[in-house]
Amino acid sequence: MSIQMILKHMDYGPAPEDSAIVQGWLDAHETGFGHYIDGVFTAPGTLFDVQNPASGESIAQVTQGTSADVDAAVKAARQAQGAWAKLSGHERARHLYALARHVQQHSRFLAVLESMDNGKPIRETRDIDVPLVARHFYHHAGWAEIAADEFPDAEPHGVCGQVIPWNFPLLMLAWKIAPALAAGNTVVLKPAEYTPLTALAFAEICTEAGLPPGVVNLVTGDGATGAAIVGHGDIDKVAFTGSTGVGKTIRRQIAGSGKALTLELGGKSPFVVFADADLDAAVEGVVEAIWFNQGEVCCAGARILVAEAVASRFEALLKARMKALRVGEPLDKCTDIGAIVHPVQLERIRALVAEGVAQGAILHQGSAPEGCFYPPTLVTNVQTASVLSTEEIFGPVVTLSTFRTPTEAVELANNTRYGLAASVWSENVNLCLDIASQVKAGVVWINCTNVLDAGAGFGGYRESGFGREGGREGMMAYLRRPGPTGEAGDLPALQPTPGGGATGDAIDRTAKLFVGGQQVRPDSGYAYAVMGAKGSAGLAGLGNRKDIRNAVEAAGRATGWAGATGHNRAQVLYYLGENMSARAAEFAVRLERLGAKPAAAKAEVEAAVRRCFWYAAQADKFDGAVHQTKSAHVTLAMHEPLGVLGIVCPTEAPLLGFVSLVLPAIAMGNSVVVIPSQPHPLAATDFYQIIETSDVPAGVVNIVTGPRDELAKTLAGHDGIAGLWYVGGCSGIAMVEAESAGNLKQTWTEADGARDWMGAAGQGREFLHRATQVKNIWVPYGV
Amino acid sequence: MPLDVAMFECHPVNRPAAERRVAALAGRRTVKKLHQAAWLVNAIRLMDLTTLSGDDTAGRVHRLCAKARQPLAPRIMQDLGIEQMGLTVGAVCVYPTMVPHAVEALQGSGIPVASVATGFPTGLIPLHLRLAEIEWAVAQGAREIDIVITREHALRQNWQALHDEVRAMRDACGPAHLKAILATGDLKTFDNVYAASMVAMQAGADFIKTSTGKEDVNATLPVSLVMMRALRRYGGVTGHRVGFKPAGSMKQAKEALRWQILMKEELGRSWLEPDLLRFGASSMLGDIERQLEHHVTGRYAASHRHAAS
Repeated sequence: MSIQMILKHMDYGPAPEDSAIVQGWLDAHETGFGHYIDGVFTAPGTLFDVQNPASGESIAQVTQGTSADVDAAVKAARQAQGAWAKLSGHERARHLYALARHVQQHSRFLAVLESMDNGKPIRETRDIDVPLVARHFYHHAGWAEIAADEFPDAEPHGVCGQVIPWNFPLLMLAWKIAPALAAGNTVVLKPAEYTPLTALAFAEICTEAGLPPGVVNLVTGDGATGAAIVGHGDIDKVAFTGSTGVGKTIRRQIAGSGKALTLELGGKSPFVVFADADLDAAVEGVVEAIWFNQGEVCCAGARILVAEAVASRFEALLKARMKALRVGEPLDKCTDIGAIVHPVQLERIRALVAEGVAQGAILHQGSAPEGCFYPPTLVTNVQTASVLSTEEIFGPVVTLSTFRTPTEAVELANNTRYGLAASVWSENVNLCLDIASQVKAGVVWINCTNVLDAGAGFGGYRESGFGREGGREGMMAYLRRPGPTGEAGDLPALQPTPGGGATGDAIDRTAKLFVGGQQVRPDSGYAYAVMGAKGSAGLAGLGNRKDIRNAVEAAGRATGWAGATGHNRAQVLYYLGENMSARAAEFAVRLERLGAKPAAAKAEVEAAVRRCFWYAAQADKFDGAVHQTKSAHVTLAMHEPLGVLGIVCPTEAPLLGFVSLVLPAIAMGNSVVVIPSQPHPLAATDFYQIIETSDVPAGVVNIVTGPRDELAKTLAGHDGIAGLWYVGGCSGIAMVEAESAGNLKQTWTEADGARDWMGAAGQGREFLHRATQVKNIWVPYGV
Repeated sequence: MPLDVAMFECHPVNRPAAERRVAALAGRRTVKKLHQAAWLVNAIRLMDLTTLSGDDTAGRVHRLCAKARQPLAPRIMQDLGIEQMGLTVGAVCVYPTMVPHAVEALQGSGIPVASVATGFPTGLIPLHLRLAEIEWAVAQGAREIDIVITREHALRQNWQALHDEVRAMRDACGPAHLKAILATGDLKTFDNVYAASMVAMQAGADFIKTSTGKEDVNATLPVSLVMMRALRRYGGVTGHRVGFKPAGSMKQAKEALRWQILMKEELGRSWLEPDLLRFGASSMLGDIERQLEHHVTGRYAASHRHAAS
């Protein structure tokens, strides 16, 4: 090779990152790694190989974690937790600060090791992963310092079990450990079996930085080890990042256990390019979206939707850009796309692409070397039903399809069971924000993509999971408000037969169901007796699964409610309070007939009226935030309603329990399907007359009376429901949480009778947080 | 070609995205060792070795031209194994009255003389005088003319006036190449830069050039990216290749690498030739020479040991 020859082709030539120091570290551990428990490494156990996917060589051996290992780790975490939580915020902050500093000082070591372990390019580990890791610990050192001031009523969960994926091994570790520790939790974390090495290096950093033993514990192993952690009886909170399939399994596995849960799962995020976008910028956006980290990115923009008007130009630009991508040796500084993490994953990508091609998709590909590599791939002629449009591929494969109008763009963008992220490209701020508001995703990037910062929340809607990581909302996932606890049993079966007894002298009233703004008879045609203090208090409709179906459909049609202003919703809530107040005596009589003492009945009605006012007041005040992230970025954290919310009311306080749950939900813009108190539903059915006279739009509140747990099960299993609040029996809680896994709806469960609905616990911001999800919208600016 | 506003009016440029692209590229591409040396040698071929100072004299210009002929010390050329390649800079760039001195000093070298003209650096003299200045410089032997645009036309989006003006200058150049200096530091917005680039090309510019070197902000990578994308689009639509010349504030060898890398990434290998890429710089050559000496000796070099330009 001579200069003259190079001048001919002007190639970049090799630019290898030196790995000698990391290789030396691996050599020093060639006998294998144990777990990191209670501040020390255990002796290696049964070992398995860890490969460098770029070379296929084994570079280390780590221990397969057993249930005994998990026990030991959880025990260490439990022992350490009390003292860790008792440290002052400042003392915890100093520890997190030390971790941040040590990560920074070992940044090149970690970057090289991560690249060797995962196959991702050194460019990314060096410029993106490791700096974000350090940033995350710095940010959360700050939260540790001020958590007591900022979250005054909150406390840590205790011991957190955390399972992380292989795509951003060290970054996901940071996202899990930093907030957990800042909040006063201790952790047992399992790194992914393909990529455990930076976690083990991090364990050494914990020791080096002087972190107290037991605060961070690492157990390596496969899915069985993860299941042992998640299922361990002494774990208080589970946090998982990974596939939606495993997320659902975990949801079912720990249903009814009382463990808190956050899930950050898969995605199939849309990348929407409008005709007035800077197309060159958008093309580069695709590179950062799907040809970043080999496409092994949960929030990758994997579905390009481009306006027909510019589609051919955009496609041509994109194909040209794809050709310039360099795929190969991850440790070469000029590599854009490294190795796929493991041959198993490579095979999965190939199989999905082959299936897509069989369905008619056309491939356009760059080049890739032999081995565990996959070329950047653009797929055209792909329909919405194609496996390439619906399945998360987790490879450098992006689909391209077109839309005609913004309305159609939104429809296609939301045509997925996921809701992690979206990227919107247009120079028209009016259009961008309109689309951002309509797209169902936890993160929306305007004219950018995959921009991450510890100061903003990250997490999904729909089957992309729940809970946020980063920012204030991320801290809330590692704190709990001491809430009511208790035990509750199942309810007796209902008797929908005549003979309940006479109900008195007044003209007979028929309580119906309330669906879509209409009073309707139950589909079953049956009614059940409602027993009061002095015998029968009347009959209530025996709702069934079809009534739930109809109610959910009606609720789903009430879409205008979420778009109404907070002021509009407040007016309606005030009006509910006004009309209830006007009929206070009537409601009090109803409550008395259901068994309340006169004074208690009066107090319950008054409390219900006050609650109307309190949530009316909140309707236009439960603000989001503008996060401090990067310079020249506005990062909006907006509270959005979940959508259609199912509510299963407590049996007692039949009016106040109903009002206390329904009002925060609708104040935030949700529409609800409510199952009132099973034994005493008639206060709620009286309430629909209030709804009818208070300008509540049809479908916003739907009421189905009947057997609590049977109806709850239908709600929990309904894919059109985004969240479910259940106050009921312990077996019902387990059932609801397990059934919710079908579409990963957010659940909030509580034992019936545990909460004092008359007291301070009966209302608060907690209800509003539960009624909303945070959408983070990133808007970089500059001319 | 006649003015065609459709080629730029529906083409917004997103500045944060452009800045992200160049920032990311710094980590995505690099050249090391022998390849770095070759890329630096190439940068010399692309250089418009420049002096544009009020105190320029015949002597100053002669010294510059000597350096243009022999940009690297013979020992370095030898150690690089390129003593036979006839390495020179791309051109020597001077004020009009210095053109005769440069032409004389470069006789027989094949190195073209480039002259700034049209009331450089602001261009705020009557058009007929600007055109006369071009004609005079060409008559003195300048083979390349670096004109300045009337920024007012761009700032007021009077694209027709800008097109007419550059067209007239193009005609005045005759056989000489025209490089249109957009003075991007004055235009400020990337939309303006993109539009002015496109208008200059439509009016017949052979090169578009960022800066006079006299604005507050001269060549930057993001503004260069915007201009390169305009070149690419213009080439795609018309089939004509227009060259690019970043100028001003470029002092270091590594900048020569970053601009070449950006050019190669956005436009491809064939744009790394003197007919399509030039660097307007004066002190950058000295740094390149030091880096190349380091490459061949392994020892860090000092510029006072190299021939001054």
